[in-house]
Amino acid sequence: MKLIRKGAEADLYLHEWHGLQAIIKRRVRKKYRHRSLDLRIRRYRTVHEAQMIHEARKAGVPTPIVYEVDKDHFTIVMEYIPGMRVKELLESMDGEERRNLSHRIGGLIARLHKRNIIHGDLTTSNLIMAEPIRRNPEAGGEGMLFLIDFGLSYFSMELEDRGVDLHLLKRALNSSHFRVAGECYSHVISGYSEAIGEEYASKVLGKVEEIERRGRYALRSTP
Amino acid sequence: MIGDRLVCLGVESTAHTFGVALADEAGRILSDVRDVYIPPPGRGIHPREAAEHHGRCASKVLREALDKAGLRMDQVDVVAYSRGPGLGPPLRVGATLARSLAAFYGKPLVPVHHAIGHIEIGALTTGARDPLVILVSGGHTALAAFAGGRWRIFGETEDITLGNLLDMFAREAGLPPPGGVSVEKMAEKGRRLIDLPYTVKGNDVVYSGLLTAAVQRHRGGTRLSDLCFSLQEVAFAMLTEASERCLAHIGKGELLLTGGVAANRRLQGMLRSIAEEHGARFHVVDGRYSSDCGAQIAWTGILAYKAGLTIPLEESHVRSRWRLDEVDVPWR
Repeated sequence: MKLIRKGAEADLYLHEWHGLQAIIKRRVRKKYRHRSLDLRIRRYRTVHEAQMIHEARKAGVPTPIVYEVDKDHFTIVMEYIPGMRVKELLESMDGEERRNLSHRIGGLIARLHKRNIIHGDLTTSNLIMAEPIRRNPEAGGEGMLFLIDFGLSYFSMELEDRGVDLHLLKRALNSSHFRVAGECYSHVISGYSEAIGEEYASKVLGKVEEIERRGRYALRSTP
Repeated sequence: MIGDRLVCLGVESTAHTFGVALADEAGRILSDVRDVYIPPPGRGIHPREAAEHHGRCASKVLREALDKAGLRMDQVDVVAYSRGPGLGPPLRVGATLARSLAAFYGKPLVPVHHAIGHIEIGALTTGARDPLVILVSGGHTALAAFAGGRWRIFGETEDITLGNLLDMFAREAGLPPPGGVSVEKMAEKGRRLIDLPYTVKGNDVVYSGLLTAAVQRHRGGTRLSDLCFSLQEVAFAMLTEASERCLAHIGKGELLLTGGVAANRRLQGMLRSIAEEHGARFHVVDGRYSSDCGAQIAWTGILAYKAGLTIPLEESHVRSRWRLDEVDVPWR
């Protein structure tokens, strides 16, 4: 087993699973967390993530296929997606590629939201552009875009939760990709609106604004 | 001037604390005097009463700060004030004092963003250079890192701040202010982990549900020490998880904990653990300057002034809402 990434809450290993290349995602013990709280969170998220990945696939969003879940060892075995994280690609792409990609990201989020799925942790680290990474005009193909990391996902009918999802992505763009954030976000929104409908999208965007206004970075008198 | 070193007088008045401090260019805090408004038991801060308190103690605090530093106003080169964010009425008291001093003594006036003050005093007292900042206070709960001339927000609270959470729970439980200190003391006697809601959204935390649940448990007769213990365990673990996610995402080699709640030992311990895990150096702001104080404004005033930032009197109105990531920081 080869450790390929130490994430915030899980270690990722590349491993062979019945002849297939697989990722083993193991949620590791967090020493800072009280033992029983830690067990509760890891067990819940392991099972829950596998379920939500499955739900997202049903909604038509490319995700890795789950092969196996072991809740006692806090482990999910899933399909390995060769490719690159959007985080590493976004700023090196040319403008048109970037706008297209942003538009597609918006479309994926809309598919989730239409099925009442909230991703809960939308960042450019959690989007993978599968190989081929470079657009090849002759082959006419673009890389497939995968959404990963559903540990914080949940079902919701609320507008508010959809707003939080977009707010998290907008903030991730503003902080990690501030040079291109404005342009990317507006194309994410156009892709989102196109897929979910203008009227509904504008309601969600209203929520995003409300969340941003909600006393952030500002003191307020406490009741 | 002291020798050839610039001296800045800083005024802080965003909330409970009225503070005046003097700092010099070499990063020495020459004096740091404050007077804290304490609301009547069971009540939160009232903006007008806080402003009245600040008005009453302003001249005394100013005089003491000068005396302790052994300086006269004519030896001060720059006057800095906390421009926001914060509560309008108390902010205006500090701004009025700073404007009057600047106008009367003919000194340049420098506006300071309160949160940047927390960050800079943290960096000054620890030597942190390019950290992921965890800013926790009554007014802020934010995870920030510097990039492209500004502090960028990577995570934050989506409702109340960590300081609010602890204060509001303490008030409900009849514990004396400051709430964070009372909860920490009480938590030391707690043993049992009570089941409370743990809500992390991406790099954000949500504390209002946790507050409601803790208050209900308290009313239901759950032992207060266990509840304080559990409240800390859950609230701090949420923030630590969000911080670790940020750290993994942006890969900074340092972590800086600053703001009023930074003094909490349990929170320090949790964050130190993730810093070690990711090979990052862990820094905590000097405890003397973790809470709101003039020193954070005086020192940031020096940095801003040397970068050429001053403000004409007629434009120096306060900004009670002022986002950290809107502020250009030319000195970094």
